[in-house]
Amino acid sequence: MVDSSTNPAKRLLAATEADVRILGMVAVLAMIWLGFGLVTDGAFLTPRNLWNLSVQTSSVAVMATGMVLVIVTRNIDLSVGSVLGVTGMIIGVTQAELIPAWLGYDHPTTWLMALLVGMVAGAIIGAIQGYVIAYMGVPAFIVTLGGLLTWRGAAWWVTSGRTVAPMDSTFQIMGGGPAGSVGELATWMIAAVICLMIIAAILRGRHLRRLHQFPLRPVWAEWLVGSVYCFGVIGAATLANAYPWPSRIAQRYAEAQGIPVPDGGLVIAHGFAVPVLIAIVVGMVMTFIATRTRFGRYVFAIGGNPEAAELAGVNTRRVIMLVFVVMGVLAAIAASISTARLNAATNAQGTLDELYVIAAAVIGGTSLAGGVGKVAGAILGALVMQSLQSGMVLVGIDTPLQNMVVGVVLVLAVWVDTLYRKRSSG
Amino acid sequence: MTQSHSPLVDMRNMSIAFGGNKAVNDVSIDLYPGEVVGLLGHNGAGKSTLIKILSGAYRMSRGEIRIDGQPVSIDNPREAKALGIETIYQTLALADNLDAASNLFLGREIRTRWNTLDDAAMESACRQVMGRLNPNFKRFKDPVKSLSGGQRQSVAIARALYFNARILIMDEPTAALGPEETAQVAELIKHLKSEGIGIFLISHDIHDVFDLSDRVSVMKNGQLVGTAEVSQVTKDDVLGMIILGKCPEGVVPGPGASPTENTLEEGPLAMP
Ligand SMILES: Nc1ncnc2c1ncn2[C@@H]1O[C@H](COP(=O)(O)OP(=O)(O)O)[C@@H](O)[C@H]1O
Ligand SMILES: [Mg+2]
Repeated sequence: MVDSSTNPAKRLLAATEADVRILGMVAVLAMIWLGFGLVTDGAFLTPRNLWNLSVQTSSVAVMATGMVLVIVTRNIDLSVGSVLGVTGMIIGVTQAELIPAWLGYDHPTTWLMALLVGMVAGAIIGAIQGYVIAYMGVPAFIVTLGGLLTWRGAAWWVTSGRTVAPMDSTFQIMGGGPAGSVGELATWMIAAVICLMIIAAILRGRHLRRLHQFPLRPVWAEWLVGSVYCFGVIGAATLANAYPWPSRIAQRYAEAQGIPVPDGGLVIAHGFAVPVLIAIVVGMVMTFIATRTRFGRYVFAIGGNPEAAELAGVNTRRVIMLVFVVMGVLAAIAASISTARLNAATNAQGTLDELYVIAAAVIGGTSLAGGVGKVAGAILGALVMQSLQSGMVLVGIDTPLQNMVVGVVLVLAVWVDTLYRKRSSG
Repeated sequence: MTQSHSPLVDMRNMSIAFGGNKAVNDVSIDLYPGEVVGLLGHNGAGKSTLIKILSGAYRMSRGEIRIDGQPVSIDNPREAKALGIETIYQTLALADNLDAASNLFLGREIRTRWNTLDDAAMESACRQVMGRLNPNFKRFKDPVKSLSGGQRQSVAIARALYFNARILIMDEPTAALGPEETAQVAELIKHLKSEGIGIFLISHDIHDVFDLSDRVSVMKNGQLVGTAEVSQVTKDDVLGMIILGKCPEGVVPGPGASPTENTLEEGPLAMP
């Protein structure tokens, strides 16, 4: 609103209507990447490492999008890691034992059935926790702290602790790796489609503003915003395509397909990994739910003022229960990614993920006081957390020290949020 | 008042208790179309609690509500709104993190063909209503948290007016307003009254409501002291009702009225 500002940086921010917190996060991410890049003599910034980083981020990113809604309603979910564990075991047993006994191995629909069974299980778990929180009035902190133990125990109980492996071969695509990547051409096409969607969204925004005679953004600002986004997408595509399959796998693939291998060896690019695409689609769907649906509006209204939402006629209990159902389904999707990547389901899967997920949401600008949060921010937050962790692994820092850093970062993020809110309200 | 047709709202023998605290105790009040009933009483007298039963926020433990002569049950705010009852709460009941349009339409969002939120249409409608109510209002994109008290109040008022209320409850609507805006609200009340809307106007301050009301009902310690036609009583009479619970001539006494004979002895002791 403040156009009269003389500071050019402020004018730029106002004209582009940029989200300062998200910009700040991108800056933090850039610093982490450059920092690790320097310390590791560039090893951190290779296409290979960044590609792996993107795959490792997916599972936490998927759950973080749901954690945004949970925290926005002034609740918390400490059980997501354990829910990932138990749904992962259910997904594993379904595809490795139940369906093969019925339809045989590698049936074309096995992966889908296993995924759906997992999502239903996640929804039921979320519904149980949500019901106890919303209708029985037990604080979410306690319910999901109980869930942290209960569902981890349940994960063990599915197979009495036995690890389930291997996964269905189609299902494994969800985990990434050479077979779980879409290749060069598809990557360029996906990038092009996303760029077109960005342009369409900008044009539609202008159209709607003109239709209702709201003030328009300056044209140069639209161009700037559009180019920054598209540049980011094309950059990601270039990076993913710059990471070739390991030469031995390419060799075997060429022999199997009867493709002649050139002298320098066959170069096949990975392109975007499937789990990354899953996380991006989940992010888009969750952004849509949060910003364009009534349910999403109610989630934010409850976070802003639960009493007001109730008085406005919002069925606040139902909305809160549904938020936990969504969280459960997302934990199951994350479980699919992580079991597919590991090619096994273990009862320890997802341990400590709740910390990463909550940290991702909070770093991504979700306020623990409720009512404020962005799905895109949480995905960026997940990338920040994973960058820290991967970087520390690359530098050779031991796991206990990594955990200490993650713990401290979580506390720091909440502290920064507290400062930020104090300043913006005072 | 034409008493010939049945009242718009008829609340009989309403009671509600919080723990052992009888916040509303056997209160009966009514409201006719095009009438303004001022509901008066000290802070804590039970005014807000009484009207929150009508707006669906609280469930009464005893009593009966009739709308247009028909007994109704109002179990939640949605049902009250469906009956044409709109409320401006004393606390305003705004979601501070949302903008004006989102608050205006909260619970009744305009949606597109695809069932998604039509934010542009809602903002456009919001600009129109606010344009009439508060022409200086420009901050449509900002969360209402960042607005002034008066601006927030006008958002709450806009929300009650937009949906064509038949029964309007205004709980201390001018609490956050300056003199100029208070005068605007007074004009608005007169206008709404002329359209046949029934209004409960609640205040702890007699000066806010006396000139605007057709009748006043006074509450004290959760009980109804009495109901009077404004033309039959003076401000001092009503002050006596509020402070002492003393009903003068021309007032229909309620269960909370002090017995007339004992006023002299009990009156001063009852003072806070
Ligand atoms: N939700 C509640 N829980 C417990 N007590 C309440 C609640 N709401 C109101 N009360 C009590 O009911 C009494 C009447 O309050 P209220 O209706 O707000 O008075 P008024 O609006 O006349 O100032 C007060 O003693 C208040 O403390
Ligand atoms: Mg009150």
